[in-house]
Amino acid sequence: MSSRKAPRPGFVLDVDASTPPILFHHGEGFRLERLPVGRSRVIYPAEPIRGIQDPDQAIRDALENTIEEEPLRALLFKGMKLTIAFDDISLPLPPMRRPDVRQRIIEAVLDLAAEAGVDDVHIIAALALHRRMTEDELRHAVGDRVYDAFAPSGKLYNHDAEDPDGMVMVGTTEHGEEVQLNKRAVDSDLTVYVNINLVSMDGGHKSTATGLSGYKGLRHHHNVDTMRKSTSFMDPENSELHTKNWRQGDVIRNAGIKIFQIETTINNNTFGESGPMAMLQKREWEWTPRDRMQFLAMNRSLQVMPTGAKRKIFHSWQAPYELTSVQAGEIEAVHKITTENTYAQHLVPVEGQTDILTMGLPYISPYNVNSVMNPILTMVLGMGYFFNLYRGKPLVRKGGVVIMSHPTPWEFHPVHHPSYIDFFEQVLAETTDAEEIEKKYEKKYAEDEWYRHLYRTSYAYHGVHPFYMWYWGTHGMEHCGQVIIVGGDPKAVRRLGFRPASTLQDALEMASDVVGPQPTISHFHNPPMLMADVT
Amino acid sequence: MIAEQLAGKRVAVTGSTGFLGTALIERLVRSVPDCELILLVRPGRRGAQARVTRDVLKNDAFDLLRDELGKAEFDEMCTRRIRAVAGDVGTDGLGLAGDDLGLFLSADVIIHSAATVSFDSPLDTAVEVNLLGPQRIANLCNDHGVTPHLVAVSTCYVAGSRRGAAPEQLVDESPFFVDVNWRSEVDAARRSRLDAENASRSPNNLSQFRARAQKELGAAGTPALAAKTESIRQAWVNDTMVEGGIARASSLGFPDAYAFTKALGELALVERRGDVPVSIVRPSIIESAWSEPRPGWIRGFRMAEPVIISYARGLLSEFPGVPEGVVDVIPVDMVVATIIAVAARGPEESGPDVTQIASGSANPLRYKNLVDYAEEWFTANPIYDELGQPIAVAAWRFPGRGRVEGQLKRARTALERTDAVLEKLPLRGRMAEYATQLEGRKELFDQAFGYVELYGKYAECEAIYGLSNLLGLWESLDEADQAAFGFDPRIIDWKHFVQNVHLPSVVRQARAKTTPGRKTGPTRPERLRKQILSEERQMAAFDLENTIIASNVVTSFAWLGTRNLSPRDRMVFAAKALSQGPSWLALDRKDRSDFLRSFYRNYRGAPVDQIERDAAELLSDYLLAKSFPAAIRRIREHRALGHRTVLITGALDFVVEPLAPLFDDIISASIGQRNGRYTGGMVGVPPTAENRYQAIADYADTHGIDLRESVAYADSASDLPMLEAVGFPVAVNPETKLASIARKRGWLVEDFQKQAGAPGRPLPVAPRTGARPEPMTTRLMSAYSPQAWTKTRR
Repeated sequence: MSSRKAPRPGFVLDVDASTPPILFHHGEGFRLERLPVGRSRVIYPAEPIRGIQDPDQAIRDALENTIEEEPLRALLFKGMKLTIAFDDISLPLPPMRRPDVRQRIIEAVLDLAAEAGVDDVHIIAALALHRRMTEDELRHAVGDRVYDAFAPSGKLYNHDAEDPDGMVMVGTTEHGEEVQLNKRAVDSDLTVYVNINLVSMDGGHKSTATGLSGYKGLRHHHNVDTMRKSTSFMDPENSELHTKNWRQGDVIRNAGIKIFQIETTINNNTFGESGPMAMLQKREWEWTPRDRMQFLAMNRSLQVMPTGAKRKIFHSWQAPYELTSVQAGEIEAVHKITTENTYAQHLVPVEGQTDILTMGLPYISPYNVNSVMNPILTMVLGMGYFFNLYRGKPLVRKGGVVIMSHPTPWEFHPVHHPSYIDFFEQVLAETTDAEEIEKKYEKKYAEDEWYRHLYRTSYAYHGVHPFYMWYWGTHGMEHCGQVIIVGGDPKAVRRLGFRPASTLQDALEMASDVVGPQPTISHFHNPPMLMADVT
Repeated sequence: MIAEQLAGKRVAVTGSTGFLGTALIERLVRSVPDCELILLVRPGRRGAQARVTRDVLKNDAFDLLRDELGKAEFDEMCTRRIRAVAGDVGTDGLGLAGDDLGLFLSADVIIHSAATVSFDSPLDTAVEVNLLGPQRIANLCNDHGVTPHLVAVSTCYVAGSRRGAAPEQLVDESPFFVDVNWRSEVDAARRSRLDAENASRSPNNLSQFRARAQKELGAAGTPALAAKTESIRQAWVNDTMVEGGIARASSLGFPDAYAFTKALGELALVERRGDVPVSIVRPSIIESAWSEPRPGWIRGFRMAEPVIISYARGLLSEFPGVPEGVVDVIPVDMVVATIIAVAARGPEESGPDVTQIASGSANPLRYKNLVDYAEEWFTANPIYDELGQPIAVAAWRFPGRGRVEGQLKRARTALERTDAVLEKLPLRGRMAEYATQLEGRKELFDQAFGYVELYGKYAECEAIYGLSNLLGLWESLDEADQAAFGFDPRIIDWKHFVQNVHLPSVVRQARAKTTPGRKTGPTRPERLRKQILSEERQMAAFDLENTIIASNVVTSFAWLGTRNLSPRDRMVFAAKALSQGPSWLALDRKDRSDFLRSFYRNYRGAPVDQIERDAAELLSDYLLAKSFPAAIRRIREHRALGHRTVLITGALDFVVEPLAPLFDDIISASIGQRNGRYTGGMVGVPPTAENRYQAIADYADTHGIDLRESVAYADSASDLPMLEAVGFPVAVNPETKLASIARKRGWLVEDFQKQAGAPGRPLPVAPRTGARPEPMTTRLMSAYSPQAWTKTRR
């Protein structure tokens, strides 16, 4: 909870002679960089807005006072088939401290279900083509109480998009896009979807049309063409990805599949307002001497620590996120409010584009929770997620340069990302052209027996997932004249089709070959999360 | 005119498949158009005629003539003029029979150039061929009452190691000749072969051979060990005979067994020649051609070539020799011309005549000059290393032989010590390859040492071979013959010969790299990989441990065992399993199936359903984390090419079951079950060592697969029977023994590594599963019901 009376909004700082070095996240470490005076600006996120005092009460209220829908209580009846689907390990980032919002909501839903005497309940992690969640991860998300009540009898489980008996083709949109869904959800009298909205892309029809779908449904919007037309995919009004998910959502609704959507937003309290990481969400000139000392000590020890140990420390961080809103009812009506609430925390007005966009990439992306941020994920975090966190137009002008800071080691998690390894070693070795990759390799990887086996029985992302990552970055990569990674493993960076630089100064020098001398620079100071509203 | 003198004559030649013989046949065919040739060759599997076609006529020496005549006419002429007879100068009567015998005896001239020229041939082989060969020919002729002119090719070095003039006289006419009875030498040599054979079978020696085989192969199974032991024994007998030859030769003042047996061979021939007229031609060290059939023509790797190439590659920086000493080298075409001229002239009436063809007395090549020419040439035309960097040649210091040998010995001892230490370490992959590089260096040292020991004596030899008969013969030729059959060593410009003729030829022959820059085109491993991933292959068999996954049966067991224990018990269990590791490892090294038998008893009483449930988790949590992604990719590549992929492992079936989608079939070990629990006793023989060979052979048989068209991947010498069974073996992260075998046999070595970034797993302990100690919940609930859920509400 904020100690300040009112949290300050995000803002844009023009760098002048008095500006201290600016914090760049750099994987499992940090850099402090001085930006050129007079032509640089830093875009800061808003401070965490205040969380709800009694989240459990707020959840109960939301389930009663539903939006364009009857209260949940009225939808539950004895003898019904109830399915609760929830967002998977990719949300939020980093994972939040216990109790997780999902646990609070699922327990509340189960209380109502128990009151109504509902005894056929399935709880499904809506992970689409992501990896299955481990026992520990499931326990973290839904709580031990829910886990122990449902998992042993096989009623709490991970969605399996490759289960031939577990998936159903629901229909086709007027644009010919097939809609594929989890059979249990289709057969249920009611599916309650429990969402956490971290960024404005999440939620709405995407929760079910993507989260409970499979390759046959996803390929219609997880492709190069759609991503090119989504400018950006974080801006629902201009996102082809959004449009297509909504079309598929219509098909689901028209097929009579009843979904009760519960959406939540959380604040920006990623690193805590006190504690060892607190300085990471403060503005640099407001760092106390104590913050400075702590930062120096932390950074120094991180520099000498082995990667494995660093990874362990960072991935054990759980954010003290607070619930800022919860709304339940009809999907589209609910999502409208959710998006506004997300924007309220994230949107920062910015005037005009610049020649160069710099960003410090942190240790975590949606696909490497408790895992390794491999080079492909580094690309997608920078050129997919951060680049697309804009409304209006990109922060960097067409043909401009993106400079990202990340160690980008040639490392992969062999259990979580087996198809990524082969994609990196075989596909990217040949070409980085998204369209060619899509045409030549996607089907082969998507339908590969071994990847399918690992996705279903082990903890592997689906064979096609690295392709989606590459498509995710298409818009950004095509928009920019060059991408440079500072401090990255040169071999891995080159394999991505980017250029390696050892210091920010070198990178700026290299960039001036593309954008000319004395370029203007914007630094995207994220995390904590922000979204640029560029006019 | 030589061509006319030999016109219409039949010339029989022995040793036509050799360096000198090939040049001789080529010259006779080309420059003496009207003679007929009878070539005595060992028939081999395909018969004498085929051998002549393949080993003689296909040689590039004949390119000139072939181009001149056109292929059809050349073939026609060869068929018309050249006849092959099957025989062997190493057996009495030359092994000739029937028509072949008649044909051979119908010759007007017999040129005997067959010899074992290798400087380190076993004594008895050298005796049979070099000593007894010439007189066998004479005997055969005498027995059948024919008297062709026998031209026997010998060597100048029959004069022995000595300084000063060595004129063209018979061996026993020399004042330095030590009178030995050649018959006793023959007997002694034959006896010593028997002695060596006997000695090699003594229990003491046999057990040593076996120990060495074991050291080299490890737990490869009895048949593989037996085969290896036998080959070591044969090599030992051979070495003993070589040593015996060198010792006997040097005791009589000869540089080696070759010169020694040649000298006695001349003696025996002269004594036993009967009515057969004999001429002896003695060349010195024969090297590449001066001009015919083309400058620099050479066949095979001769004596000086390995030394030259070792020098150019920077391996040999010192070679013993006296700077002012004479290196008596003679181009092969001059030797050929001399032989033909002697044959054309016919025998001298005064009895056996000797013609030496050498350069030392008339036109000496000084050792120092040779070295200077070579240094100059290699500096201008360096050989390049694998990285495309030129290799600088060392400045020669002309040390004595003792000093060079001493240096080499010391270097080798140092290497041996390092090697002995490395051998004891459990190395794998890159480290093991480093160890084999060391082994490679050791071999190079051995080679260099061998050169110094063998050839050093020649480089130090200061005898000057007289040429008066040769020059007399030369003067007797008319101008046309002198032009067509040049053998005047005085015309050789040594600098030109060394730099423009010989060295370029040697470098070409050695396929040394002569252009800078990295090699373009595929490297050797790339080529091998391409062969392995060709559509023609039929099956790819994979070992599991350290080939696909860096894990073993012990860790899998520990993981499964800890899966359902409390946190504290798990650590204790894992630690206990690991502490027993060394004793298990020792057993494993000795005999893999004994080890598995004893180890798998640990599974006794384990519940089958639980283990099967946990196995999938074992794959994800432990095995995949320790897997080699490149290996898994390779398996999938094989599958995509339509090869049958088979996993052959001593691991248990339920452990490898989750890998099933990678393979068409899995051959693994399994243990028995009773009442839902494992008995711990193995069912059947586990596929290890020689059983692995049997398993793969049976499998191939059942599925109609040709093993010669199959690929096998394994990491250890105990997998040797399986690797040897297939046409395309691949050593994966090999331990030292296999790395060394793979290097020697030119197998593909793959370095499959664990994925960088894979989670570290110091102890094979499973993650927690089952209910967490949260009050109320666990006790009240094992499955959801509305009532139970409500009760657990806080």
